[in-house]
Amino acid sequence: MIPSRAGSATVRRGLWLSIVALVLLAGVYLLALRFTPVEARQGMAQKIFYLHVPAAWCALLAFSLVGIASALYLWLHDPRLDRFAASSAEVGVAFSAVMLTTGPIWGKPIWGTWWTWDARLTLTLFLFFLFIGYLALRAALQDRAERARFSAVVGILGMLLVPFIHVSVYLFRTLHPQPIVLKPSAPSLPPEMLRALFASLAVFTLLYIGFVTMRYGIAQLQDEREEVGDAA
Amino acid sequence: MPNALRLAGTIAAKDIRAELRSRTALLSAVVFAALVLVVFNFARDPTAIAAADLAPSVLWVTFALAAMVALNRAFNIEREHGALDGLLLAPVPREALFAGKLLANLAFVGTVEAVTLPLFMLFFNVNLGPALPGIVGVTVLATIGFVSVGTIFSAMAVRTRFAELMLPVLLLPFMVPPLIAAVQVTARLLAGRPLSEMLGWLRLLALYDVVFVTLCMLAFSAVVDE
Repeated sequence: MIPSRAGSATVRRGLWLSIVALVLLAGVYLLALRFTPVEARQGMAQKIFYLHVPAAWCALLAFSLVGIASALYLWLHDPRLDRFAASSAEVGVAFSAVMLTTGPIWGKPIWGTWWTWDARLTLTLFLFFLFIGYLALRAALQDRAERARFSAVVGILGMLLVPFIHVSVYLFRTLHPQPIVLKPSAPSLPPEMLRALFASLAVFTLLYIGFVTMRYGIAQLQDEREEVGDAA
Repeated sequence: MPNALRLAGTIAAKDIRAELRSRTALLSAVVFAALVLVVFNFARDPTAIAAADLAPSVLWVTFALAAMVALNRAFNIEREHGALDGLLLAPVPREALFAGKLLANLAFVGTVEAVTLPLFMLFFNVNLGPALPGIVGVTVLATIGFVSVGTIFSAMAVRTRFAELMLPVLLLPFMVPPLIAAVQVTARLLAGRPLSEMLGWLRLLALYDVVFVTLCMLAFSAVVDE
C-alpha cells in the first residue's frame, strides 16, 4: 500500500500553522517587552507573566481536551479521537514544562523561593505527572486498540481526579497571585498589559493548534505504517 | 442485582482462597510493610522530631506503599495460564467481575493494614487508644478509594512491558487526594480534635470513593474486553 497523502498533508498544515504562530510569538515578545509598561513593584520580572499564563492556559486546554476526547472515544470508538487525545497530551506536556519552568524563574525574585507547595503549583505539577503517566502507558502498549482503550480510561479518570486534587491541596494556604482577569469584577490590569496578555493567549492557542495538527498528522502516518505492517 | 453481588462474592472468594493456599504474597506484603516502618524509624532524627509528629505521615506512606505492592500482584495471578481469559468467558457481568477483584484486593490490603497498625503502635510508641475506631474508619474510607483505582490500573499494567513500574507511575497521582485527607484526619484524631474539624476531609474521602468506585466499575469492561 502506498502511504496516503492525508497524513503528510496534515503534518504540512500543522507545520505552517506553527511557523505562523512562532513568527507571531516574536511579535508578542516585542509587544510585551517594548510596548507594555514595566510593572511598578515587580519590575522586569513581571514580563514572564506574558509567557507563563498563556502556557498554563494551553496546558489546561490540552489536558481538558484529552479528557473529553477520551470520553468520546470510549463511546464512539473512533480512532481519530484517540490520535487527537495522544497528540493533545504530548503537546500539553510541552506547555506544562514551559509553565513549570517559567513559574520558578519568576518565583525566585518575587516570592524568594523557587518552589512552594501552593495549591495551584501542586495541582499543575500533578497534572504534569498524570500526563507523563498517560504517555508512558501509551508507549508501553503494543496493540493499537488496547492502547486506545487503556489510555482513554486513564484520560477520563485523570479528568475527574483534577477537582479532587484541587480541593485537597487548596486547604494549604495559597501563595499564588489571585486571578486578575477571570474574576467577577473587571480585570485589574492596565489596558496595555491586558492587550499584551490577550495577544499572547491568542498566539499560544494558535501554537497549540499548530503543534497538535502536526502531531496528529504524524500519528496518522504512524497508524498507516502500522496497518501496512499488520497486512504484511 | 443480588445475583451480581453473589458473583462478585464468588470471584473474591476464589482470589482469597488462592491467596490463603500459598500465603507467600500476603506474607511478603506484611514483611514489606514492617520493613518500611523500620526504615522510617531510622530516616528521622529522634532528638529533633518526636515520633508522634511524624506518625500520621509514616502510617499513610506505609499503607500506600504496601497497597502498591499488593496491587501489583492482583492481575499477575490472572495472567498465568490465561486465567483471565477463562474468567472473561464466564457469563459474569463486567461490573460484578470488577467488584469481585476489588473485594479481593480490599481483603488483601486490609489484612496488611491490620497487621501494620499494631506494629506501627509498637515501633513508634503511639498509643492510639480512643482514636482507634476513628483511625480504622478513615483507613477503610481511604483504602476503598485508592484500591478501586488501583484495581483497574493493575489490570492495565499487567498488559504492559514494565508492569511493576507502570502501576506506581499511574496510581500515585490518584493516591494524593485520599492520602492528604487521611493524613489530616489521622493527625486530628491523634490530637483528640472534635469531629467537626474532620468532617470536610471525611466528605472528600466519601465523595472520592463514590466517584471512583462507580467510574472504575463502568470503565472496567473497556479494559478487559477486546
